[in-house]
Amino acid sequence: MSENNQPRHSAEPDPERIPTTQSPDAGPQDPLGDDAEFVTTLDTAGGAMRPSAVPVSAQSGKIPGAEEPDSVLRKIFTGNGIVTILAVLLALFLGGLLIAATDKVVAATSSYFFARPTDFLAAVWSAATGSYVALFQGSVFNPRGNGVAGQFAPLMETLTIATPLITAGLGVALAFRAGLFNIGAQGQIIMAGILAAWVGFALDLPVGLHLLLVLIAGIVGGAVWGGLVGVLKARTGAHEVIVTIMFNYIALYFLRYLLDTDLFQRPGETTPISPILDPSALYPQIFGSQYRLHLGFLLAIAATVFVSWLLNRSTIGFEFRAVGANPKAALTAGINVPRATILVMTLAGGLAGLAGVAQVAGTEKVLTDGVAATYGFDAITVALLGRSTPWGTFAAGILFGAFRAGAVQMQIQTGTPIDIVLVVQSLIVLFIAAPPLVRAIFGMNPRKKKAATAGKTQKAATTGGAA
Amino acid sequence: MVRVLKLELKGITKRFGSLVANDHIDVVVEPGQIHCLLGENGAGKSTLMNVLYGLYEPTEGQILIDDKPVTFRGPGDAMAAGIGMVHQHFMLVPVFTVAENVALGAEATKAGGFLNLDDTRRKIKEISDRYGFDVDPDAMVEDLPVGVQQRVEIIKALVRDAKVLILDEPTAVLTPQDTDELLDIMRQLKSHGTSIVFISHKLREVKAVSDTITVIRRGKVVGSADPGASTTELASLMVGRAVNLTLDKAPAKPQETTFQVKDLTVIAPSGQHVVDGISFDIARGEILAVAGVQGNGQTELTEAILGLHERAQGSILLDGEELLGRSVKDVLNAGVGFVPEDRSVDGLIGTFSIAENLILDRYDKAPFAKGISMSPATVLENAKTRIEEFDVRTPSGSLAAGTLSGGNQQKVVMARELSRPLRLFIASQPTRGVDVGSIEFLHKRIVAERDHGTPVMIVSTELDEVIELADRIAVLYKGKLVGIVPAGTGRDVLGLMMAGLSPEEALADAARKQPATDPGGAAAADAAAGAAAGPAPTKESNQAPAAHPVQESSSGAVGDDHE
Repeated sequence: MSENNQPRHSAEPDPERIPTTQSPDAGPQDPLGDDAEFVTTLDTAGGAMRPSAVPVSAQSGKIPGAEEPDSVLRKIFTGNGIVTILAVLLALFLGGLLIAATDKVVAATSSYFFARPTDFLAAVWSAATGSYVALFQGSVFNPRGNGVAGQFAPLMETLTIATPLITAGLGVALAFRAGLFNIGAQGQIIMAGILAAWVGFALDLPVGLHLLLVLIAGIVGGAVWGGLVGVLKARTGAHEVIVTIMFNYIALYFLRYLLDTDLFQRPGETTPISPILDPSALYPQIFGSQYRLHLGFLLAIAATVFVSWLLNRSTIGFEFRAVGANPKAALTAGINVPRATILVMTLAGGLAGLAGVAQVAGTEKVLTDGVAATYGFDAITVALLGRSTPWGTFAAGILFGAFRAGAVQMQIQTGTPIDIVLVVQSLIVLFIAAPPLVRAIFGMNPRKKKAATAGKTQKAATTGGAA
Repeated sequence: MVRVLKLELKGITKRFGSLVANDHIDVVVEPGQIHCLLGENGAGKSTLMNVLYGLYEPTEGQILIDDKPVTFRGPGDAMAAGIGMVHQHFMLVPVFTVAENVALGAEATKAGGFLNLDDTRRKIKEISDRYGFDVDPDAMVEDLPVGVQQRVEIIKALVRDAKVLILDEPTAVLTPQDTDELLDIMRQLKSHGTSIVFISHKLREVKAVSDTITVIRRGKVVGSADPGASTTELASLMVGRAVNLTLDKAPAKPQETTFQVKDLTVIAPSGQHVVDGISFDIARGEILAVAGVQGNGQTELTEAILGLHERAQGSILLDGEELLGRSVKDVLNAGVGFVPEDRSVDGLIGTFSIAENLILDRYDKAPFAKGISMSPATVLENAKTRIEEFDVRTPSGSLAAGTLSGGNQQKVVMARELSRPLRLFIASQPTRGVDVGSIEFLHKRIVAERDHGTPVMIVSTELDEVIELADRIAVLYKGKLVGIVPAGTGRDVLGLMMAGLSPEEALADAARKQPATDPGGAAAADAAAGAAAGPAPTKESNQAPAAHPVQESSSGAVGDDHE
């Protein structure tokens, strides 16, 4: 729905790409001089991946006269989406092999592999599937659960963990669409957590107003922390990657300092932990007190809808996308690029701030120096997996939430180490960053496809190689 | 004398998926000939040459050398067979010397693995002397003017014993003088027995130098032509329909002067005055064309008017309103239409849809936006109207602008800028890299805007375009205004002005040289022929032979020309 308006990644050469030996005349005006090898080298993180040398119109089998609905389909079928899904599957498969490799039964059966190979293979199969079934049961649906409520408890846990991942991921994705690498979600979450927690435990306000203030304080905290980066970038040209990374440290050590002061430390405690937030400052639990799932998840959905609208339907999003896609053309068209930079970093910070609020007012209910865990960094992966689209990020956030929630159950049930989930996550990133590798593994390289179609359409061809 | 070599391409077909770039192309390059491949941008010339050079494998067809079929698995094979290629964008390492560049890929070493360039130096000297190239083997490539860099590329091919030289749009980056020199070099190479495949869409050059012309259109050979054919004939063969090369333009009816530039100076970060105290004005209903060799301050002049330069001094008045010091958005909102010189960098966002590109500077105005909420339906509706009005060839406005051909991209930019009420219209290089058919259309639109009563400023490095469109011509040289002359000023006078001579000097000089000039130089003869046949469509301007000083300022053109 919301993704129809984003820039289409076409198969045509990028206007600003560098000339190469391969197609010297293939400027933007020369569609015929285009070249498949070239296309595959232009991939960038976040999904500007070009699937093949064939023009878009020729790829999607239908006349591109249909304005809106064809783009989603086309994207899924021409590479981007499908490669992402294949990357996940491939990572799961390799993860399965790794699980099998560390399994005791597999090790035992391998000693008599040549005598009875079926034993070995069966052991591999059961080790991998067993772990994944446990992962699924720990993250989505547990048939042995206590009643319907117990059976769906894992799903609720998944969504709870996904909440900060989604909102922080949206912050990263939004900034990326404007051409900025926001590595600072971690720091933005922490600053939001500090402000939201303080409002939550220090102020005594009526129900409703208190939570609203907590929410606003958190968003403002993240927005200011992100916006500062934008200001530095716009005014001085400081690179946002360096600045955000440093800001992460500043935020973390600032938090540790605060937790050591009377203002934040829980009275009578020696450990760095804040008082518990007032009940009036907490997110209500959506399905009652037996689940941890809180209002933050609904806010994450709202944030996704908002970002989707912002990017695709608002003038601000138009500016962001223009600045991200071609800052020079944006400047020439009168778009205020510095202002867009500051604004997008502020919004990105605010979204990450929402994740901070979800942590202190929803999941944790206190402020510790682990308030952000690794959500800020995982958010980068989530945005990458979601190809920087709002709903893609949403889906990726849920997937990663499921991994985290299910990993515990997996370890309890099958003894597979939790770390295997990290390996799978890392493999996903690796494969997404190398689309040609994934395409090569699944035999869908544009080069091969080209040869295949060419072979089909012509008979008795004297190819140059055969001459 | 090098061994001559006959080259034949037989039934070459190259497909990219369902796209047929070359469709059963037959070309025979006879030994010692200059064979021209003429075709519009995107006709498939370069694909064909990449097949010949071993960069692409043909889907069908054969390459025959001296009637024997050969297969090239890469440029190495092609080079070994005696085929050399000079790419449009040079493949040189800027921080290497000429000798190092030439040796690159086939370096000889002394004992101990040290580079031995003596042999290469000697060969460069030899070739340079034979053809009068005047290239110093130890000069750093980045210090050389574009024309000389191109000669280095040619030497690179000749050192590797190329019998057939492919020149891919070699004149796109050259100044008029460099172009003439290149054409001379081509003739010399021919007389020494090297065959040349010359790829171009510039009719004037093609006519001046070719022995045989093969015209390619949409991946097919549509015929061959005699170099004696008229430009109109060649153009219509190339485009596939009759082309009107002369613009029907009523005389200007200038009204009151509404746009004034006074003492405009733009200072580059290096401290150089790239625009130096320029003053001019444009009346409503008048086209002022700014001529000059690339890199003489034109870019900065237009950018300063648009508000893209912070370090600009002087005064820019539109209807008495000061534009200098205002933001780009303010200037655009004041009614300035701006077509930037490099559409792919400044004019369009390639990954955005055509519809979005058509509102790039009005995305936040009614009816496209209410508050901050945009209306995609209106945006698409607008695109439909503009696409129809400006004859943009595309199946849909929701396709990415990057998929369009150069001419259609330019139409999109022009459509955007001309579709609102303007008080000033500025177009930089309005037809660079645009096919012949579109040029005609774009020129008509510019004149229509003038007749609508808008002051129009055209910046072009192509003299023919300047001559065709201008009501008055301003010539820039090294950031200074050399002078403003009326339309109808001879191209030789303009050429001299582009080299820095004042209008008076230029007129006197041209008058003196005219009878004395030996018209035997084919370029000069061609210039005369071209002028007689009416201005050719896409062409380099020929300058009077005396205009040498321009050479030094020409290096700025390298990176700027993307076509």
